[in-house]
Amino acid sequence: MTSRTAFRNPALAESILRDIRRMIRRPWTLMEVCGGQTHALIRHGLDQLLPAPIEIVHGPGCPVCVTPVGTIDRALALAARSDVIFCTFGDMLRVPGSRTDLQRIKALGGDVRILYSPLDALKIARANPSREVIFFGIGFETTAPAHAMAIHQASRESLANFSMLTSLVRVPPALKALLAEGDQRVQAILAAGHVCSVMGTEEYPAIAEQFRVPIVVTGFEPVDLLEGIRLAVRQREAGIFQVENAYGRAVTAEGNREAQARIFEVFEEADREWRGIGVIPNSGFRIRERYRGYDADARFAHDIVAMPATTACRSGEVLRGRLKPDECEAFGSICTPQTPLGATMVSGEGACAAYFHAGKLLKLGTPHQANAIHVSNASH
Amino acid sequence: MCLAVPGRLIGRFESHGLQMGQFDFAGATREVCLEYLPDLEIGEYAVVHVGFAISKLDEASARQTLEELAQLGTASNPEHD
Amino acid sequence: MSQTHHIDGWSCPVPLQDFPHIVMGHGGGGKLSADLFEHLIRPAFDNSILRERTDAAILPEISGRLAMSADSFVVRPLFFPGGSIGDLAVNGTINDLAMMGAIPKYLSVSFILEEGLPLASLARIVRDMAQTARKHNVSIVTGDTKVVERSRESGCLIQTTGLGSIPDGVDLSAKRIEEGDVVLLSGSIADHGIAILGQREGFQFESDIASDTAALSDLVHLLLKAAPVRMLRDPTRGGVAASLNEISVACGRGIEIRESDIRVKPAVRHVCEMLGLDPLTVANEGKLLAIVPAAHAGRALETLRSHPLGREAGCIGSVVAAHPGHVVERTVFGSTRLISLPAGDLLPRIC
Repeated sequence: MTSRTAFRNPALAESILRDIRRMIRRPWTLMEVCGGQTHALIRHGLDQLLPAPIEIVHGPGCPVCVTPVGTIDRALALAARSDVIFCTFGDMLRVPGSRTDLQRIKALGGDVRILYSPLDALKIARANPSREVIFFGIGFETTAPAHAMAIHQASRESLANFSMLTSLVRVPPALKALLAEGDQRVQAILAAGHVCSVMGTEEYPAIAEQFRVPIVVTGFEPVDLLEGIRLAVRQREAGIFQVENAYGRAVTAEGNREAQARIFEVFEEADREWRGIGVIPNSGFRIRERYRGYDADARFAHDIVAMPATTACRSGEVLRGRLKPDECEAFGSICTPQTPLGATMVSGEGACAAYFHAGKLLKLGTPHQANAIHVSNASH
Repeated sequence: MCLAVPGRLIGRFESHGLQMGQFDFAGATREVCLEYLPDLEIGEYAVVHVGFAISKLDEASARQTLEELAQLGTASNPEHD
Repeated sequence: MSQTHHIDGWSCPVPLQDFPHIVMGHGGGGKLSADLFEHLIRPAFDNSILRERTDAAILPEISGRLAMSADSFVVRPLFFPGGSIGDLAVNGTINDLAMMGAIPKYLSVSFILEEGLPLASLARIVRDMAQTARKHNVSIVTGDTKVVERSRESGCLIQTTGLGSIPDGVDLSAKRIEEGDVVLLSGSIADHGIAILGQREGFQFESDIASDTAALSDLVHLLLKAAPVRMLRDPTRGGVAASLNEISVACGRGIEIRESDIRVKPAVRHVCEMLGLDPLTVANEGKLLAIVPAAHAGRALETLRSHPLGREAGCIGSVVAAHPGHVVERTVFGSTRLISLPAGDLLPRIC
């Protein structure tokens, strides 16, 4: 197999960067919408290598970060129940709700289990018939097929003690909502590669056309990211606004039809609240009526009222690409991964956490390549 | 949402009525659900996310991408001069 | 009615209430406790000091400066590819002493056993500890056993104290580190942490990945004879990231390492990526970091590589004047990233 190291080849990265430097004439602001890409950009210091006129902003690409506080509080209340085994992805453990988090619930006796796959929650349910097993189903479209299969399978096996608390969000409606904001500066989008592996690219041409932004489907290795950026810049320099697939080895225009079928068999589109952004129409999935028995939200009584989120946290602005994490006054002072004000500082995919761990506080990093780029002062 | 790694299918089996595959990740193997890639063949690669294979990795496409990138900045790529 | 159970490694069959598990009584100080010690623990660790059966061990005079270390071992599962909690306990304590340049001599071992722990498991753990100690000329001379109510799994917690002597002329300390010194790493990282993680519910995978648990005392002894060393550290919990941050703060200088020089086994790297873990933050149990003057780096590396536990040793970076107290990694792309002190728990990401 063409090894992954081929997509981490520094020489290849450098030749892509050279091409970008050669073609760029004006400053451009690009947005990536995937926590995995945020993390990869920061992890490899790619932002340091790009020519100064290119600005990368980070969108709401972290499903943990955009889960509303009310949902987190609901999860915490369920996890604290003595009859429940609460299963979750590791990301969620330290995300703050109004008053506490899963790690503290666990410390006080909640049976909280970290799992890699929702299928492992089914195993736990089979092995513990007298306990209620709840899986916290967070994710974008990439993860929705996994959650759909877990519910579908639970139904097939008539598992009486399994349910899912979902917080599933969809990228295209969120992109549209952000691009529709009046004063937004984003001029090109790097679309999340694995979301497109599942859903294909069919929803993007309309967005590209409506908002006149290139949308480049981008992978996650350093070479993938740089290539996505290069193609986006190339389009902008040429005045083109199309959907381009730079991750062809894992993405086709139609996506994974089997996965899509299962998603829509178990879920239906619904309006969804995004933490820090508000309600975006049709931007989420909810469990269909026929599978409502596996919806933890319907199955368990609501007995906690969420308190309003702390206003000191500006993660909403970060998630909309309006604020860089290191521009927030709380960054690194009152808000750190140990003492987070919001999910973006504690989730492994959150932009604030990525910036913190990259040492943005220290202003480390090699200076941007100065090279002889003459940047036009004309407005975009 | 995107933490997914490529793995190679080395065996198939069924579990609780689900099509499953044994995948090799550079020496570590794990069971992965194949319901979304039912036609994946032994020896082929796929992207695996939270225990599910969600997309086949197209070898030819990967090679083509790498070849095109290798051509950047060479004389045979006139659109970038 | 009592039955006897023949447990592998025991010196003679022990009359038990027909139940081959630890019960509260084994920590009670009465007959059950005495039987456990006499027939399982003492014979395994056997030495002249233990045979005295005193409350405290009387040690012969030790020449040189004394080094003392304390450690606790709470790993789950108790048995994993590459070893057991017993191996970890002895190797780990030896390593704490070895990192100071001390020759490890005596260990105390206290068990906190959870009721329900199979006696056969305890026998295995004790046997592992005895074998490992003997291999490295360390005597387990005193200890204790208590039993607590069971939690979710019947486990075994081990606390140790280690005593060793530091030969004259050996003085390892962060204060001696100077700008320009190099950072050596004795081999591949993250093997132990990933081996353990692979045994945990929800993360099972099969692989050849095994814990690297090993006692480094011989390797250290060789190294100290061959080259002047400023400081040694074994990167256990928190991995290389935690250790280098501690060293950086302690010596008041910056440390820069190179991504391309850090060795990670391919399967380990893949699992880390699958789970969103940085190998630099994952625990090791048989590796060391050595800070040495640049002029002696070649000799030091040669020495490390001549030993089975240092075959893959390499130079991973250096001590710099910039960013004092912070550790920076230069990526293969030429960019830099901060290696911050890890948050704490191994928290795998998925998305």
